[in-house]
Amino acid sequence: MKHIKIFDKAGSFAENKDIAKTIRIKEIVPAIEAKEDVVLDFDKVDTATQSFIHALISDVIRKQGNDVLDCITFKACNNTIKQLINIVVEYMQNGN
Amino acid sequence: MKIHLPNSAFLGNIDPFLRGFDPSSPDCLEITANNKWISVHPVVLSIIAALGLTLKKENIICGKFEAKSKHYLVRMGLFKILNIQSDISLVEHEPAGRFIPINQIWTSNELTRFIEEMIPLLHLEPEQAKTIGYIVSELVRNVIEHAATKNGAIICAQYYKKSNSIRIGIADTGVGIKETINQSYNTKTDLEAIQLALQPGITGTTKREGGTEQNAGAGLFFIKSIASVNRDFFVVYSGNGFYKLLKKPPSAGIRLNADPMRDRHSDDSHMPYWRGTIVGIDLSLGQTEEFSSLLNAIRKTYSTAVRERKKARYKKPRFIT
Repeated sequence: MKHIKIFDKAGSFAENKDIAKTIRIKEIVPAIEAKEDVVLDFDKVDTATQSFIHALISDVIRKQGNDVLDCITFKACNNTIKQLINIVVEYMQNGN
Repeated sequence: MKIHLPNSAFLGNIDPFLRGFDPSSPDCLEITANNKWISVHPVVLSIIAALGLTLKKENIICGKFEAKSKHYLVRMGLFKILNIQSDISLVEHEPAGRFIPINQIWTSNELTRFIEEMIPLLHLEPEQAKTIGYIVSELVRNVIEHAATKNGAIICAQYYKKSNSIRIGIADTGVGIKETINQSYNTKTDLEAIQLALQPGITGTTKREGGTEQNAGAGLFFIKSIASVNRDFFVVYSGNGFYKLLKKPPSAGIRLNADPMRDRHSDDSHMPYWRGTIVGIDLSLGQTEEFSSLLNAIRKTYSTAVRERKKARYKKPRFIT
């Protein structure tokens, strides 16, 4: 299992899309391709932007299909982060 | 170019100020001001700074400011960023101000640092800080990613005690919304491009639903929604197009619309040409909705908009007799 602590990379306000992209390309995608489950841990992250969450997960959903969500767990998300993840996951699936 | 600082220009009454902007002769800038009083929204200062930064300082003609409130321009860093002399001196230390002077941001990392440093200066409650940080991040990132301008994003903000609100202004002298949107769409006017850019899931980078790996086309829709839920002004001006979300009376219900033209608004497609994009927003702090509740409303509107667009592309069965 790949455990990724978002706070360690993006801080308490996760808004830097370049960092999100790096996490996606260097950590999430290789883990998924290796059939590993991924835990995206938002502990200590107060908030994020929709753009950050989009850059983090949208391309994984698009390329791997909706079933990739069975392999990704979102840990320790507050209500704001949960809502942002819900928005991105919903529009990626609605648009497919 | 000529621009005149009036005695009052806030988002509610900014239209005459913008209509008075003369974009002809782009090789020089003449700045004049009301003699008695200057009280303006931060977006006005961002606009003047953005214009001035396209020129060498010797091509900026700045009239002598007589207004008593002229020190505000110094405090906000207008002359400093334009590298021009002013005869205005601050003789006494200003009270600890809740303001962000004019800043120029070019890169993603600069933006991250700017937000980290900005929030403490405004002395905000955590929930308010989330909203302000969100707005600044999305708007400045739009400039960094889409404007293609060597001068970056010009931003400043101010807290207003009387209205208990934060007002933010961001300007750039980049390619403008129409050129960005028309990479994937075919809008005829700047206003039409603004209308598309404010809709959820519309980005110039692709026509594909869900956007690209880095762009969803949701940033401006989120910002307009924040303003709408808080019943505040929100202005977008690009090219000849101008859109203003009007304040909602407290009695009016809150409904988020995917199409900005269905919101209570004013617009104009014949404004003086602004090469680039200007965004101004007010945020009343006393009525700031909890951010997660706002996101719940956004989610519903966003999903409906995506489903409706998808449905609009469905093939229809052809019936013959």
